[in-house]
Amino acid sequence: MKISFPHMGTSHIAFKHLIENLGHEAVVPPTPSKHTLSLGVQYAPEFACIPFKILLGSYLEVLERGAEMIISSGGVGPCRAGLYGMVHEKILRDLGYDVELLIFEPPLRGIVDFLKKIGRVIRPNGIGWGEFIKIFKTSWLKLVALDETEILSHQIRPYEVNRGETTRVFEECLSLIDKAWTREEILEAKHEAERKLRAIEQKQDYNPLRIGIIGEIYVVLEPFINLDIEKTLGEMGVETHRSIYLTDWTRDNTVFDGEKDIKKAARPYLNQLIGGHGINSIGETVLYAKNGFDGVIQLAPFTCIPEIVAKSILPQVSKKFDIPVMTIFLDEQTGKAGIQTRLEAFVDLLQQKREKRGVDVERVSGN
Amino acid sequence: MSRTIGIPATLTYYSYFPFWQTFFTRLGYKVIASPLSSKQIVDWGVKETVNDACIPIKLFHGHVVALRDKVDYLFIPRMVSVDGKATFCPKFLGLPDMIRASIAGLPRLIDERIELKNGARGLLKTCYKIGSNLKETPAKILRAYWAACKAHWQYQKLLIQGVLPGEILHQQEIVAVHDRRSAVNLAVLGYPYEVHDPFISVNLLQHLAAMNVKVWTVEMVPTHVLAKFRHCLPKNLFWHYSNRVVWACYYYLRQPIDGIIHVSAFGCGPDAMVDKLIELEAKKHNMPFMTLTIDEHTGEAGAVTRLEAFIDMVMFRRENR
Repeated sequence: MKISFPHMGTSHIAFKHLIENLGHEAVVPPTPSKHTLSLGVQYAPEFACIPFKILLGSYLEVLERGAEMIISSGGVGPCRAGLYGMVHEKILRDLGYDVELLIFEPPLRGIVDFLKKIGRVIRPNGIGWGEFIKIFKTSWLKLVALDETEILSHQIRPYEVNRGETTRVFEECLSLIDKAWTREEILEAKHEAERKLRAIEQKQDYNPLRIGIIGEIYVVLEPFINLDIEKTLGEMGVETHRSIYLTDWTRDNTVFDGEKDIKKAARPYLNQLIGGHGINSIGETVLYAKNGFDGVIQLAPFTCIPEIVAKSILPQVSKKFDIPVMTIFLDEQTGKAGIQTRLEAFVDLLQQKREKRGVDVERVSGN
Repeated sequence: MSRTIGIPATLTYYSYFPFWQTFFTRLGYKVIASPLSSKQIVDWGVKETVNDACIPIKLFHGHVVALRDKVDYLFIPRMVSVDGKATFCPKFLGLPDMIRASIAGLPRLIDERIELKNGARGLLKTCYKIGSNLKETPAKILRAYWAACKAHWQYQKLLIQGVLPGEILHQQEIVAVHDRRSAVNLAVLGYPYEVHDPFISVNLLQHLAAMNVKVWTVEMVPTHVLAKFRHCLPKNLFWHYSNRVVWACYYYLRQPIDGIIHVSAFGCGPDAMVDKLIELEAKKHNMPFMTLTIDEHTGEAGAVTRLEAFIDMVMFRRENR
């Protein structure tokens, strides 16, 4: 069967691995582009958030390439994303496509349904449960390798001597991991990637500004939507720390000690789960401030409900902890030059704030 | 002098005001609702709220500003759920926090969480908490609770009979059309705080009445009838009011009506889903459908022109049948 899935950062490399190992043909969604977006915008409701539009555009693209089944995730709300599978399916049917959308709901909500859906994928090729678990574990390992490589690239980029080198090396690392097939190969590719990244020529005695990136998961993870914010900041000499990675719960995080910590930090300002990453945005800002970060950037899709609630509460947190917060709402109208200007102004502000405190710091480039 | 409690006249006001008014009045408080929405209130709201919020939330902030200096307490409950399944829109969930963060100089807030998992008993418990925080005796709270329930049932009965919330809550005069055979029958779907707020809906209901349209709203369908349609979607929406709108859509599509108007706020998150679902469903039933998007810039004349065009089209279809 030809199976496809949403494009989200670098995760497609791992999903491709999973689908192909299960004996299906993976239709890898093309990296989202203007074309993807305009396809999505054409058929999506006007006020749906940009992840909905990109996903719909991606689905239409992979359907043109012959995908017969699309796998995506559901959710329990109150964030809208949990309904996207259903609405996407209705729209695609209305457009005359006969495609099977397999939406995985959180297993705790209905384990039978969850297992049935896995069965739907593995049974046609006669793969047993034991084998599936083995394949899944390897793919997960790949996902972890991808995330860790990316984290390292964001740490190294601000120190690079030759602008753009990290991004170039990172692309090489991705294709390296993409080619790795077995468990051993993946581990080896990961080490090789790490070695390559560390070999990049770096500035010494450089103390970059540190910015935390918070917000809604899809716009944080997908560089096409957030206009490569981490790369842009990195090449301005700013170190970024992102709050969300797909493989978060397996990693020891240096800043956050898991969801519980975040919720606890948010409680004085927002004592209610509001879906999406609304409460995380508040809690993470508190934690970034406590960990000595210079600033926080909140990324959110236009009309995102939880992030709007968070945005209206964030000024309070920002004031109390004296940490500048900038919110960027993203949609199909967002232009790269506008964002670049706002980022430069924000970085300037953080720089001045540091100088005022008397911290000696080299002026960052790109200003 | 009795103490005063302010209730902003928007959002859940249209569903639960009689209940809370009776409850607090029986506890010996003077209940003050903010005045009807107006340009002034919208301007206050726009000034205080984050620019990305939808017009109902901005309006709510405006109503809070209107009440701020006039009352001892502000009643802004955290509406989480009233049926134990669907929650309210996330903006409702974070509303007390948003108000606190955005508006300075607030009186004391009563922001009890209303999350009714097991129906009436949960409500009594919540009322008891609110009452005891105000230092009232259990007997008094219980009596107030009963009176409030009766007021709510009375209100619901009137709504189901077809009386509009505006006619009851702010004695607004709408010359309702009652003869459904001669009139154009339109289902006007949307959240009560949009459809029944004459300012923000640019007098939609009055205009429709003047055009000899019999209006059918979500509130006219009893809750147990709406609930029958909960299996129509493979997955229900997460939000209370949105579910009611979608179920009402399914209900009215099975009634002899001539068209559907969906009233939606600019940038409303849940409505992005609701609107598409109604649109696709109406298309399937070959039912005329129109979305009226409202925000602080909506012009009355523009809306009226669109309504007239829509009704002309509906009439034309009817005559050709």
